[in-house]
Amino acid sequence: MNLPFTIKFEKRVEDIPKWLPAATSIGSVLIAFIVSGIILKIIGGQPLLVLKFFYEATFGSWATFSDTIVKATPLILVGLACAVAFKMKLWNIGAEGQFYIGAFAASLVVLIPMVSPDSPKIVVIGLMMLMGMLGGAIWGFFPGYLKARFQVNEIITTLMLNYVAVLWNNFWIFDKWSDGGFQMTPTFEKNAWLARVTDYAREYSAFIDEGGGLAKFLTSIGLDRISGMTLHVGVAFGIVAAVFMWWIFDRSRWGYEIKLIGDNPKAARYAGLNITRNIVLVMMVSGALAGLAGMSEITGVVHRLQERISPGYGFTGIIVAWLAKLNPFAVIIVAILFGALIVAGRELQPSGLASMLQGIILFMVISSDVLLRYKVKLVRTQTAVEAA
Amino acid sequence: MSETPYAVEMKDIVIRFPGVLANDHVNLTLKQGEIHALLGENGAGKSTLMNALAGLYKPASGIMRVFGETVNFNSPKDAIARGIGMVHQHFMLVPTQTVTENILLGLNEPRFFMKLAEYDQKILALQDQFGLRVDPTAKVWQLSVGEQQRVEILKTLYRGAQILIMDEPTAVLAPQEIDELMKTMRSMVDQGKSIIFISHKLHEVTAVADRVTVLRKGKVTAEGHSMEGLTKRDLARLMVGRGVIFAVEKKPQEPGDVVLSVKDVEAENDKGVPALRKLSLEVRAGEILGIAAIAGNGQSELAEVVTGLRPCTGSVKINGKEVANKPPIVAIKQGMAHVPEDRTGVGSAPNMTITENTIMKCYRENPIGNGWSINFTNARQRARTLKEKYDILAPSVRTMARKLSGGNLQKVILAREISAQPQLMVAVQPTRGLDVGAIESIQTLLLEQREAGTAVLLISEEMEELLALSDRIAVISDGRIMGIVDADKADINEIGLMMTGTAVPAKSMEAAG
Ligand SMILES: Nc1ncnc2c1ncn2[C@@H]1O[C@H](COP(=O)(O)OP(=O)(O)OP(=O)(O)O)[C@@H](O)[C@H]1O
Ligand SMILES: [Mg+2]
Repeated sequence: MNLPFTIKFEKRVEDIPKWLPAATSIGSVLIAFIVSGIILKIIGGQPLLVLKFFYEATFGSWATFSDTIVKATPLILVGLACAVAFKMKLWNIGAEGQFYIGAFAASLVVLIPMVSPDSPKIVVIGLMMLMGMLGGAIWGFFPGYLKARFQVNEIITTLMLNYVAVLWNNFWIFDKWSDGGFQMTPTFEKNAWLARVTDYAREYSAFIDEGGGLAKFLTSIGLDRISGMTLHVGVAFGIVAAVFMWWIFDRSRWGYEIKLIGDNPKAARYAGLNITRNIVLVMMVSGALAGLAGMSEITGVVHRLQERISPGYGFTGIIVAWLAKLNPFAVIIVAILFGALIVAGRELQPSGLASMLQGIILFMVISSDVLLRYKVKLVRTQTAVEAA
Repeated sequence: MSETPYAVEMKDIVIRFPGVLANDHVNLTLKQGEIHALLGENGAGKSTLMNALAGLYKPASGIMRVFGETVNFNSPKDAIARGIGMVHQHFMLVPTQTVTENILLGLNEPRFFMKLAEYDQKILALQDQFGLRVDPTAKVWQLSVGEQQRVEILKTLYRGAQILIMDEPTAVLAPQEIDELMKTMRSMVDQGKSIIFISHKLHEVTAVADRVTVLRKGKVTAEGHSMEGLTKRDLARLMVGRGVIFAVEKKPQEPGDVVLSVKDVEAENDKGVPALRKLSLEVRAGEILGIAAIAGNGQSELAEVVTGLRPCTGSVKINGKEVANKPPIVAIKQGMAHVPEDRTGVGSAPNMTITENTIMKCYRENPIGNGWSINFTNARQRARTLKEKYDILAPSVRTMARKLSGGNLQKVILAREISAQPQLMVAVQPTRGLDVGAIESIQTLLLEQREAGTAVLLISEEMEELLALSDRIAVISDGRIMGIVDADKADINEIGLMMTGTAVPAKSMEAAG
């Protein structure tokens, strides 16, 4: 069969338009949804119904939206962690491990304990944040140092350290701190919990339940089920971190150095930059952000150190950073989308649907990069011209 | 039509980039069997026009004919199929592979088994035909720049090129290599090939070209003019639209204190072979010390040792402070500026803007650096001033470095380094790739530096430039100083002899003081 047209890929020589990267990101997500819908249809499902369900389960009400944000919180931090490393073309795929070690180090504050158990919340949480970031930073330091000093490939080392981190955590929760034989530590005291909406709701419940004006107002905007909302202040960490990273990337001296090293390390060396130190530093900051995500997860959600605190946040963070084109604010938006996928994944049937969607999005994002480098053209073939 | 058609005919070619009209209705014809020079100022649109002919860019409008047939290229492959081959200024070779492997790369033959020995023979035969010597079994990283260029030429010939485009092929070559290249070019046209040759060195153009086309700001100012009777001066006038003084004026001046002192320095090159052997020299404030050497005799390594980019033994002091084997920042803090040999690989960051490229050395200090942050408003302001002063042709200071023409990128680097008001300037081939007008202004700027009391270490392969700018010239051969001569008393033949390693007559040693 002869098609009247052939598809040609032309290498782009001119600049890509400014809107194209964003458009391909959004386009990949849309196409991923459509492709998943088609697959669903083929296996006999009802795509539109599923889509409606997906929406209801994630953004449909304040309560479900709160769930989505809870899942997005670690993704924001981990996405930023990957973004800062990728900016310098350091392929840190160890955010997962840094997340676990961050969680571990933060728990030490409670489990050793490092401060007296009845210390004020601000002290305990503050110290846990520091420890979480420190733990992640140390986990980033090793591959960073090996890369900077001995040119050891960071992809391999960070990947390997992921396994080490998980096993290290397991050792402590199975053996040392096991709560009656379960693979988890005892629940932390309340002063090691991040503030949650539901806790406040309970505190002020008398006030709200009395049918006052506030209760009416909340009901009117659909916030009546506030008492069940698990949203915690970890999301604020994410937003503050995003603003901070934006300042680093766009305004700071260090951000300029990161960009220069990422673009041309030889020129950076020539300009007097200390590349060794910057590699280590970037890996540590990347690790610290991932570690903070781990801390936020155990203090905001599970309230103890346990097995499987991450359903692969560290790896999803890579996709988040990539889809966001390393822009800190875009990271927030993409993280919310992926948070929604995780939430929906728990409720949608068949249960693999959300992971399939995630996989297809990744596939689309990677293939859409072709569009950034090539122009696609339809070229009339010879036979078609003759026939005409 | 009985007469032989043109090898190439380009008519009314228009190529636009955002904010730039790079080619404005350009005409160019290439006769079969001729060497056609393409001249023009930096950013005039020469590379752009040739990239269109090689299938890399698509003109917005215009007609191209190759051997009389109208063509419409969608990719370099289409151009190769029509017998057009381009030797780019930046080579596109795989360093870890052999010459033969590089030449075969991307071809359909050999299909499956690499019968390399057989192909080595084919390539040797091709070499004989055109006098392009290079060992087919050598790995590319082992080759000198000149040899790598020969590989690039062989690559296009092997693909059956009838028309060769050479974009500033001589910019990276030593004088001897240039002579060889000219012979090769002659032998190629004798065998029926046609060549388009871009160069800023007018004496080369007068020496080899049959006809010349001149571009200015994207427009043709001389179309296929016969070279007969044209002098360097005529060409320069056609290019820049005004008379060019070929000799800058150097005022006599007493040098001051020693700024750079290099003592007993030994260093290896990238291949681990000794490149500098117990080399010692001094440069004083307000003095230009020129380094004359045949390419690959240690002058590049000398620049890298002084600027902290290459480890060495011995001592390198700037203003009395030891900088050898210290990170580059130590020398930079001592007031060292460096115009590196490799402007794309070392001197600039391709995906960063002109602004970002001009603050590479000064982003730490006021008024650009401001505590932890960078004041980008000041940085842009400064970049605009430099763009104006150094006549950098670009749509704006937000233009990315990789979009600049070769000469304009060099100007960005020069602007950054000279504006740092250094105490020591290490300038390696500072005028490489610049047009005659720009050479004149950069040389003037270097002399102004000297008058302001900067010590300048000038490494150049242009003997004329060395003689015009230097106070003294140190001749290096095989990593050793063969002699240091006063530039105004220098005898070119003598320098030439020393460059090839011949011992120095005593009288000029005295002159060196
Ligand atoms: N990819 C690009 N995107 C945008 N502008 C470009 C691009 N390539 C070239 N230009 C612009 O087009 C103009 C012509 O550039 P070109 O490289 O053809 O100059 P040239 O004559 O080869 O100069 P030189 O002698 O300095 O190499 C310049 O102003 C340059 O900045
Ligand atoms: Mg050019």
